Amino acid sequence: MRNTFSKTLYECAVADPSIYIVVADISPAGPMAEFQKHAPERFINVGVAEQVMIGMCAGLALKGCQPFAYTIATFSLYRPFEMVRDDLGYQNLPVTVVGMGAGVIYSTLGGTHHTMEDVAVASAIPNFRVLAPCDPLECIEATRWCARQKEGPVYLRIGKAGEPNLTAGAAPFVFGKLRYLQRGEDVCILTYGVITAKALELAKALAEQGKSVSVVSCHTVKPLDREGIIDALRRHKQIIVIEEHVPEGGLASRVKQIAWDIKADCDLHTFTLQDEFIHNYGSHDDLLAAHGIAVPKILAAVS
Amino acid sequence: MTALAAKNATNLSNAFDVAAARARCKRHRKRILEMTQSVSALHVGGAFSATEIVDCIYYGLMRPGAAGVVGKDAPDTFLMSKGHGYMIQAVILEDLGVLKRSDLAAYCTPTGKLGVHPDYGIPGIEASTGSLGHGLSLALGMAYAEMSRNRIGNVYTVLSDGEVQEGSTWEATLMASSLKVRNLIAFIDNNDMQSLGFTHVTHPSFYPVVDKFRAFGWDCVEVNGHDSLAIYNAVTSRKGDRPLMVNCKTTKGRGVSYMENVPMWHYRSPNKAEYEQAIREIDEAAE
Repeated sequence: MRNTFSKTLYECAVADPSIYIVVADISPAGPMAEFQKHAPERFINVGVAEQVMIGMCAGLALKGCQPFAYTIATFSLYRPFEMVRDDLGYQNLPVTVVGMGAGVIYSTLGGTHHTMEDVAVASAIPNFRVLAPCDPLECIEATRWCARQKEGPVYLRIGKAGEPNLTAGAAPFVFGKLRYLQRGEDVCILTYGVITAKALELAKALAEQGKSVSVVSCHTVKPLDREGIIDALRRHKQIIVIEEHVPEGGLASRVKQIAWDIKADCDLHTFTLQDEFIHNYGSHDDLLAAHGIAVPKILAAVS
Repeated sequence: MTALAAKNATNLSNAFDVAAARARCKRHRKRILEMTQSVSALHVGGAFSATEIVDCIYYGLMRPGAAGVVGKDAPDTFLMSKGHGYMIQAVILEDLGVLKRSDLAAYCTPTGKLGVHPDYGIPGIEASTGSLGHGLSLALGMAYAEMSRNRIGNVYTVLSDGEVQEGSTWEATLMASSLKVRNLIAFIDNNDMQSLGFTHVTHPSFYPVVDKFRAFGWDCVEVNGHDSLAIYNAVTSRKGDRPLMVNCKTTKGRGVSYMENVPMWHYRSPNKAEYEQAIREIDEAAE
């Protein structure tokens, strides 16, 4: 997904001279390296200095530019948090903070490289929007949207490498709206980000049990499509939220809130990372499984 | 020297009227004191230490556009990195006609739009500050936006000496010189005081300041921060392609004897007798 992001941003930046790419010591994948050659004055590597990355982006935006701050998620959002909040959120500037390799994708690097709370953190800041595309194709749409919007700051949460395309046949991407990857009548799986591949696996297993299953990419986590969630809650017997994020402040808690508000009478199951740090290693799947996010386990719990 | 730098240097060579600056600074200080009598005004001491610096930036260094030094066509930008120095900026913006007398009258009140710190969106305010260590990065981004688009804008900012303790200030310092952002001109209001005591006591290793910025690739000069002409000359006589830091040696509470170097005047407002004494001292000071 990061290569797709880089390629898309490269294309946007070539077409729009107001786009600046400010990175913090992250290797520019192929297309971004090309952009560095194409417009070196609009590609800035601040080095290992994330506070000035965000502050500079704010300064650029205050002068009419459309900057992207790009590095590994924990360093783009957590390290310079007060700059993200004050310089971007408070001033409501059109800067996209890109969190690459979000969640526990950096599965062998330990907890310092995990972003398990980023959606809650970014969503809590007024004016911030949070986008989390589920596959490279959706990442193209999300990146293009970030590049053309002028309203305010965005946290763009993306994966890393090797994610399959899941949205080829889906309805078009619309900011702020749920996106159905498939439609069913019995069960609805709500999710976002790269973990959506797992939701589709689960949907397949449920279909084998004879259930008709919807799978939804909630790519716009903030502002969440409340009406869309209400519609999903009302039209399905069972809702399953799968989220690569701690239980607090993410999609699962929002859906529960909305379900309570409308007195929804469907079953509601949520599968999230636990409220604890991860000290074990292995593949991305291994880490998710350690926190209960594995298809067989979810299947057993919801069947 | 690049063509852009040469253009900037040429445009900065206006004469600076020192007597007029002295008169203005008296007026600014008295106006700040006047504000303290209608609302509990914070940060008088830090506004007084930065008075000559901010006055020199607005009246001497910034080049006017069609509507003056502040406004759409004006090429240069000022942002107050030490947001707690906002009062001096506010009274100058009033003097320039950017803010109205009624704006300052409603300072920190429910009907007003001016609070203790600069807020982006208020006329003449280019960035929201108040949390220290943000301004230099913001100014750097602005200056880089100008430079990279071959525009002539200079960006001026004023830091507190306490603010230089922030790691983010040093991130921006390193980045500014690596990018050779010559149109970034920063000042330290080096009044040796912060909330908890004297800077030289807390951080004796802060000194010498000038050497540190030079080591980070900046041009850096030291001046008496209450000498308007020295401030003006430090900027207009510069050469080279580096960002400029002017280390201004200042006195917190400058101009009022009982405020000078007394920590409580970081926050306190004078009572009526103190106010009258302060006005008298400012009026009686040499022109």
